[in-house]
Amino acid sequence: MLVIKNLHASIDGKEILKGINLEVKAGEVHAIMGPNGSGKSTLSAVLAGRSEYEVTEGEVVFKGKNLLELSPEDRAREGVFLAFQYPVEIPGVSNVNFLKTAINEIRAYKGLAPMDAKDFLVMLKEKQKLVELDVKLANRSVNEGFSGGEKKRNEIFQMAMLEPKLAILDETDSGLDIDALRIVANGVNKLKSKNNATIVITHYQRLLDYIVPDVVHILYNGKIVKSGPKELALELEEKGYDFIKAEVRA
Amino acid sequence: METITKKNTIADKFISEFESSKNSLFGSLKLREQAIESFTKQGIPTRKHEEYKYLNIDLMLKGEFVLTSSETLDQKQIEHTQFLKDAFVAVIENGVFVEELSKLNNLPKGLTICSLEEASKNFKQIFEKKYSQNLDVNADPFSALNTAMAKDGAFIYVAKGVIIEEPIHIIHISNANKNSIIQSRNLVVVDENAQVKIIESFETLDSTAKTFNNALTEIVIEECAIVDHYKIQDENELGYLLSTTQVIQKKQSLFSTHTFTLSGSLVRNNLNIILDGEHIETHLNGLYLTSENQAVDNHTVVDHRKPNCDSNELYKGIIDGKSTATFNGKIFVRKDAQKTNAFQSNKNILLSDDATINTKPQLEIYADDVKCSHGTSTGKLDEDKIFYLRTRGLSETSSKKLLMRAFASEVLDTIKINELQAYVENKIAKRFE
Repeated sequence: MLVIKNLHASIDGKEILKGINLEVKAGEVHAIMGPNGSGKSTLSAVLAGRSEYEVTEGEVVFKGKNLLELSPEDRAREGVFLAFQYPVEIPGVSNVNFLKTAINEIRAYKGLAPMDAKDFLVMLKEKQKLVELDVKLANRSVNEGFSGGEKKRNEIFQMAMLEPKLAILDETDSGLDIDALRIVANGVNKLKSKNNATIVITHYQRLLDYIVPDVVHILYNGKIVKSGPKELALELEEKGYDFIKAEVRA
Repeated sequence: METITKKNTIADKFISEFESSKNSLFGSLKLREQAIESFTKQGIPTRKHEEYKYLNIDLMLKGEFVLTSSETLDQKQIEHTQFLKDAFVAVIENGVFVEELSKLNNLPKGLTICSLEEASKNFKQIFEKKYSQNLDVNADPFSALNTAMAKDGAFIYVAKGVIIEEPIHIIHISNANKNSIIQSRNLVVVDENAQVKIIESFETLDSTAKTFNNALTEIVIEECAIVDHYKIQDENELGYLLSTTQVIQKKQSLFSTHTFTLSGSLVRNNLNIILDGEHIETHLNGLYLTSENQAVDNHTVVDHRKPNCDSNELYKGIIDGKSTATFNGKIFVRKDAQKTNAFQSNKNILLSDDATINTKPQLEIYADDVKCSHGTSTGKLDEDKIFYLRTRGLSETSSKKLLMRAFASEVLDTIKINELQAYVENKIAKRFE
C-alpha cells in the first residue's frame, strides 16, 4: 500500500529525514518509535503534504501513485489520514458541517454523488458511539475549547467518518490519561480491517499495549535504524533510547 | 489648484440649487438655511479633513453630476430588491418616497409610514419635535448638505407601547441615467415602550450612470423602546454611498444595529449614537467584505452621556484585492456617565498584499468608575487551519471559504430575523465562490 524509498526531507535548509525506507501493506499496523527530534513528526508532516518541508530525495508511492506529487487534499481523497499531534482549533466551523463538506469533496473526487443527509446522520451517530464522543462536542466548532483528550478523540472520530486506507497517528497518546487512551485505542482497533493500514507514531510503548503492532521501527536521527516484531517496543521501553544510540554508534 | 476649483464648483452648485428650490421643500426653512450656511462653511472635505482622511471624496464626485433626477420605476424593476416576504416596504427612489411601489397595506394600529413631506403637515407635532433635533449639522458637511437639500424620504412612527412584529424594510434605490447626486432622508420615531425592526437596504439599478447617495436616517428611541436596525449595502460598482445613521436613545431603551457592506464602489458609514438616559443597552455590529478597488469606511460614535449604560461594538472585515477598509470607532464617556460598560472590537482578515486596513479606536473617558476596552486585530487566514482542513479532503478554496464564513459568522449570528439572515448568508456565500 505504502512504499517509502530513501526519503530525505528538510526544513529551512536543515535536513531532518535522512533516507527513510518503509513498506506498509494492507491490514498491517506499524509502529514508529523514536526519541524527541528523531524526525517522527516530520515524517508524518511530509506524508500529509505540509508545504514547509522540502523533499530533497527519494520517493513515496501510495497505492501505485506518487504521493509527493499530490496536494494535501488529494492525498486525503486517496485515503491518507493524519491524526494530528496538536489538532487545530477552528472557531466558527462546526464539526458536523466540516465533516459533511469533507466527505462530499472526497466523494466528488471519486465521482460519487453527495452523501444522502439521512445516511450521513446515521453514520455520524454510529461513529460518535465508536469513540464515545459526546454529541455536544460533535456539534460544536472544530476542537474549540476541547480538552487535550477530547481533541484526540475528535481526531479518531474524524478518522472514523472519513474511513481512510492509511491512518497515521502522530503521538495520539501524548497527553492522554489511561481512560482516554483506552477509548482512542479501542476506536482505532475497531476501524482496523484487512483493507486498511495504520502507522502509529509514538514516543512511549504504552499505546502499543492497546494497539498491537505487526512491526516496530525505531527512528533515530532521521533514519530507521532498527525494525522488529512487537517485542522490540518492550525492549526499547526497558532499556531506553540510549541503547539504540549506542547500537547506532557501534 | 484645479481640484479645488472643481470642488468649489460642486459646492457652489449645491448652494445655488438650494436657493432656487428652498421654498418648495418640506419642513422648516430656517433649519435648512442654517444647514446650508454650515455646509458652505465646512465645504466638501478633502483628505486633510481628519474624519475623511482615508476616503477619496474626489473620486466620488469626479466628473459632471446632476442634482435632481427622476426616473420612473415599475414594480418589476425593483422586485429583486424586496427580499423579505413578510415586511412592510417603503421604497425611496433617488431620495423620494414612492407610495405606489411601497407595500403599506394593512398597517397595524399605531404604525405610521408615510413620506416626510406628508409627515411635516399631518404629523406636524412629532415631526417638528424630532426632525433634525439630535443632529449636529456643524459636525459633518454631508449631514449639513442633506439637511439643507433633502427633498423627501420616509417617516416611520411607532406609537407608545405598540409592538410591530413584521419588519419594516426601507429600500433606497439609486436609479439614474445621468451621473446624479441624491439626498435621501428618513425619520424613525419609536415611542415609549414600543418595539420595531427596521431594515434599510441600498441598491443601484443597472445603469451606466454614477450615483452618489448622501443618505441620512434619524432614529429616535424613547424610554423603554426596543429597536433592531439593519443596513444592507449592496450597490454596484457605479454606486457611491454615504450613509449616516443618527440615533438618540432614552432611558432603559435597547438598540441593536447591524451594518453589512457587501459591495459598492465607495461606501462611507457614519453611525452616531447618543445614549441619553440611564440603563440603556446598545449593540453595534458590522461586517464588510471588500474587493477590487472598493473603499469602505465605517465611522462610529458612541456617546455615553448618562450612568449605568452598556455598549458593545463588533466590526469585522474581509479585505481583498486592492481595496481599502477603514474602521474608526469613537467612544465618549462623559463625566456623568459613571458605571459605563463600553466595549469595542475590530477584526480584519487581509486576503491580498495590496489590500489596506486603517483601524483606529478612540476612547475619550471623563468618568472614573467605568469599564471600557477596545481591541483590534488584523491578519491573514491561518495557514495551519487551512492545512488541517485540506488534510481532511477539503480543497484549498473550500477550506478558505469555510474559514471566511466562520470569521463572518460571529456577526451574522447577531441577525435576529431568520429570513434576513438567510439572505445575507447567501449573498456572502456567493461572494466567496
